[in-house]
Parts: sequence; C-alpha cells; structure tokens
Amino acid sequence: MSASSPPSRSGLPLRARLATTVGGAAGRASRLAGRGDGSVIGGVIGLRLKPDLLSLLARGRQIVLVTGTNGKTTTTRLISAALGTLGQQVASNAFGANMEAGLVAALARAPDATMAVLEVDEKYMPAMLEATQARVVTLLNLSRDQMDRAAEIWLLARRWRAALATADCRVIANADDPLVAWAAGQARNVTWVAAGQRWHDDSWCCPNCGSHLRRDGGDWHCGECPNRRPPVSWVLAGDEVIDPAGGSRPLDLVLPGRANKSNAVVALAVADVFGVGVTPALAAARQVRSVAGRYTHVQRRGCELRLLLAKNPAGWLEALDILVPAPVPVMLAVNAQVPDGRDTSWLWDVDYRRLRGRPVFVAGERRTDLAVRLEADEVAFRVVADVDDAVTQAHSPAMEVIANYTAFQQIRALTGRTD
Amino acid sequence: MEQGTGRGYGPGGPSAIRLVWIYPDLLSTYGDRGNLLVLARRARLRGIPVEIAEVNSDQHVPVEGDIYLMGGGEDLPQVLAARRLQASGGLSAAVSRGAVLFAVCAGYQIAGTEFGGPEGEPVPGLGLLDIRSSRGERRGVGEIIADVDPVLGAQRLTGFENHQGRTQRGPGAKPLATVVTGTGNGDGTEGAYAGRVAGTYLHGPALVRNPGLADLLLSWVVGTLPPIDPEHEELVATLRNERLAAVRATS
Repeated sequence: MSASSPPSRSGLPLRARLATTVGGAAGRASRLAGRGDGSVIGGVIGLRLKPDLLSLLARGRQIVLVTGTNGKTTTTRLISAALGTLGQQVASNAFGANMEAGLVAALARAPDATMAVLEVDEKYMPAMLEATQARVVTLLNLSRDQMDRAAEIWLLARRWRAALATADCRVIANADDPLVAWAAGQARNVTWVAAGQRWHDDSWCCPNCGSHLRRDGGDWHCGECPNRRPPVSWVLAGDEVIDPAGGSRPLDLVLPGRANKSNAVVALAVADVFGVGVTPALAAARQVRSVAGRYTHVQRRGCELRLLLAKNPAGWLEALDILVPAPVPVMLAVNAQVPDGRDTSWLWDVDYRRLRGRPVFVAGERRTDLAVRLEADEVAFRVVADVDDAVTQAHSPAMEVIANYTAFQQIRALTGRTD
Repeated sequence: MEQGTGRGYGPGGPSAIRLVWIYPDLLSTYGDRGNLLVLARRARLRGIPVEIAEVNSDQHVPVEGDIYLMGGGEDLPQVLAARRLQASGGLSAAVSRGAVLFAVCAGYQIAGTEFGGPEGEPVPGLGLLDIRSSRGERRGVGEIIADVDPVLGAQRLTGFENHQGRTQRGPGAKPLATVVTGTGNGDGTEGAYAGRVAGTYLHGPALVRNPGLADLLLSWVVGTLPPIDPEHEELVATLRNERLAAVRATS
C-alpha cells in the first residue's frame, strides 16, 4: 500500500482509511530510512488513530491464526504457500511481526486479499482471536521462552483454553504436546495432528489436574484424571505424512529438520480446511527454501554461512539436531535484549556437549554467559567480535551459525537480507 | 549409590562427593542444571571426585547424598513436587542426618513450612527451613544483587530473579543475604539458611555467577577447600564483573 493509493476495501470507515493511509506512509518511510522492514511502525500509527483497526481490517476475510512457542513464522509461510495455490491473494505478516501492530500492517498492505495467514505471539492469541474472528486457529507447541516477560506456560495454556472454549473457529492442534492438547480440549471443532514433540521438559505435569503424566513413546496419559492424548487425524511418521484417509507420502521438504516436518504436516491440515489437497499443498511447501532469513545460505568473504535461528531451549535442541557434521565450524551468538528475554538462564537448559570436537566460535552481546556455559560442558571455543571475525579465524569454506532473535537480526543486517 | 564412610581427605585421597538433583522433571524451569554442573566442576578442579544422581519425581530420593539440589518450577509442578517429597521422606531423612540442601525459587519455598499454591491457597512444605511463603502483589523480575551474611564469608551475590513469592522467616532461619538491588524475600533480605540448609530466590543457575556460594556448600561437606587454578576462574570473574556493572549502569 502507498500513501497515494488508499485501500479500496469499501467496508472501511473514513477514519480507518485515514489510519491505514498514514500508517502505510510511515511504514514506507521506515523502510526507506533502513529501519526494519517497516511492517510494525505503520500498524502502530494506524492503531493510535483507530484502536479497533484490526477488527475493521479483518472483517469479511477468512483468517488463519498461527501460534505456539516455536515454528510460527515457518508454518505461517507454509500455510500461505499452500493457500496461494487457490489463485487468490493471501495477506500475511511473513516477517514475524506478530503483535497487534504487525497484524494490522499485514492486512492494511493487502486490502483486497480475501484470505490472511497471520502468526500471533502466544500471549496475544486470545485477544487477536477476538479481534479478527479467525476461521482457523493453529496451535503448534508450548515450551519455556522469554520467561521474564511471559507468564508461566501453564497460565498461558489456561488462557488459550478459555478463549477457545467459546470461540466459533476451527482449531488445528498438535496432540503430541500435552499443554497444547489441554488448551484446545474444550474447543468445539478440533483437528488433531500428531506433529511430534522433541522437548518434554515443560510437560511432565498433567495440565488438567497437576499429577504426573505418563509417556509411552509418542503417547501420553495422566495417571490420575481422564486427560490423555486425543485421537489424531494427521500424523507425522518419520519423513512421511499420513493424511486422515490413511494415505502416506514423503514430505521431501527443502527446509531442514524434524521441526519443519512437523510444521509442514500442520500446514497441510490447515490447507485441507480450505479445500487445498495434500498434493498441491505439499508441492507448494517444497518450494519454500528459507523463511525470513532462517536457513538462508549467505556468502561472506569466501565462506558460505547457513543461518539458523534458535530462541529457547526447545529451539536450540532442534537447531543442534540439524547441524552438518564436524569438522564444519559453528558460530553461536546470544543476546539478551527485551525481545530475546533479559535472562540468560535458559542457556543451562541446552546440552552443548555435542559441539565437542569441532571449531566453535562464540559471539553476541552475552557471549561471556555463553562462554561460561560452554566451559562447563567442556566444549572448546573461541570468543569472537562478530560473524566476520569468526569467518576470518575459521579458514573454512562453510560455517553453521545459530543465533537467538536479536543476534540473528544483527547478523542478517551485516550479511544482507536475502528475502 | 555406594554407602560412604565419611567425607574429606582420608589417607587414600578424597572420597567422592555425592550430588543429588531432586526432580529435574518438575523443578528445572530456569536452567537449574547449572548448579549441578558448577558444583561438580568446582569439586573436580580440586581433585575431588563426584557422583551425580538425577532423581525424577517417580523415583525414590536416596538418603545417602552429600549435597541435594532443588530448583525452580511453575505452580502445578511445585505442588506435585512437594506432595511427592513428603510421601518419599528421603530428602527430610537426608537433611536430618546432616546433608546439605541448596534450594532455589520454587524449591526454596517447598523447603519451608508453607507456600502459596496456584490460586494462592496455602500448601504445606517440607519444614526443613523455618520460612513461610505466600504470593505477593507483583512479580519480582530482573537482575538482583545481594550481600551475603558476613558470617558465611562468601562474595556478593549476582543473579536473576523471576517470582511472585514473598517469604517470611521464623526464628529458626537467618537471611542468606541483604538485598542491594532487587526484590528477594520482599523485606530487604534475600534467601535464608539454617545449619546446612540454604535457599534463595536467585533463580536457575544461581551458583554459576556465584562460585563463592558453590564453594560454601562444598566446604560444608569437605571442610577447607584448596584453591582452584586461577586460569579456571577467569571467565566467571569476567561474567560477574559484566553483570554487576550492567546493574550499576541501569540503577
């Protein structure tokens, strides 16, 4: 959207049109000034002029919300790709601006899109569901993340549960995550997906009654109350997806790792709600090579870097899983700005021992915290100033880079945004 | 876990220190493993062997340990952990025979006589420390600095806290430290100790930034500790300085 072409959506009142116009101009100015991708500032200004702007912009559109601790941005991208096969424009906050202003900006940018796929910060999901009256809500997983800002995870699940109990929407939920399953447990219309759960350490307690949860392979049930894993329609089985009719086929994604297979199966279940079959949805998902810079390969002074984002212990577990083997060097970068969480205690929830025996470089604003962590795990490392310093010292044609949120953005700013 | 014949340096060298981590499945929300790793590291750097037992909530708590660690947790796991520890009796038996207990955040509250449950209702604790905790109005979140009771001879504490608990001491417990910056118990003091039981609101890996506190716990088991080669202390010293300076810069 630009300042000279106000939104054509006829339903928007004058003040809302003004709000999206001014907001769009600010977003463009922000992009021109090189400050971010401009998707948030416009939304912020628009909301200041018209606080119910999101409801107005959402009206009359079919909206999918995507939330969870990890995989939001990637799953949003995979769903958008699948829905794109219907030949209609799909609005999306593809760059991860997942609070109210980001959602406003995404919808304002695409006034004629009849469908929207929006990732939502897990804390804001109930409010965003109410504002957008979404048709589909997608719940991926819940685990510890930025606990200095977020309430306890169980409280978050309880808020989801209350919001979904009364909402008139379809829920696509990961049955393998007990917190997610409980959160969706009172919703009227749920499609359960066996999307897997690699990180178990936030769900040993039954969210329903507080007793010990029993696990048997992927199955789980409470020893005290009737809470158990619900029967699933979609299944991630190794590298294959099994659809509700029992048909199985290989995923064959370009995106690496178990977590992205999980994201893809959830995306297929969402696409199915809109009548997009597995074959076209999967074909679209296979075209996705990187997501907002994640998994991107960039050249830096003769070294090919692969950029991996990991923001919390569950995310680090999945990222360490997909590293190419030694001796390819690895750089780790950790910050603790507000979007990362101010507390670095989570570093001690990650097992770094598998980095032993390969070159490891440590960077980021909290590199000393990270260095102390690696020292305790007896991982040899070198502290570096930034990614260029690591490249200079590594003398390697390739390097893996894992960074948390703002550290990742800093590396992208340095190496150039590629998508 | 073998039956020990006493700690300290015998004629054949030091016997192993037995570390017991209570319920990592329920009480390990904020990187609590760090405390286990730091105690083990600082013992081994001094040539003292270490045996580690990680005890989940469906397992029996051994009574033969030397140092027990109990970490932070959310409301439901905290209540479940307290219930299981009461039923098991292993931790209480160990403490009464003189074992060291270091308890953090939710674990600190469990060690007391009572704490606030998910709806603020009082839940009975283990009564290993004469403290009583309840739910405060606001969460205390952020960097915390506190000066340790001079009797204990440990360096200034630096850590991160994130809790809504307020803790009152009875006559049987002394404050572990005096708050310089942060919330702590809510009355200007931080943590509590009595005998060989100590608890703190410095959450998660509290001993990482506070090797002095780690050494205090080790010394309660083996007595006077030999020094560690300074090259192994450099990184942690840098981290302590960074964090203490960061708090000074913002306060």
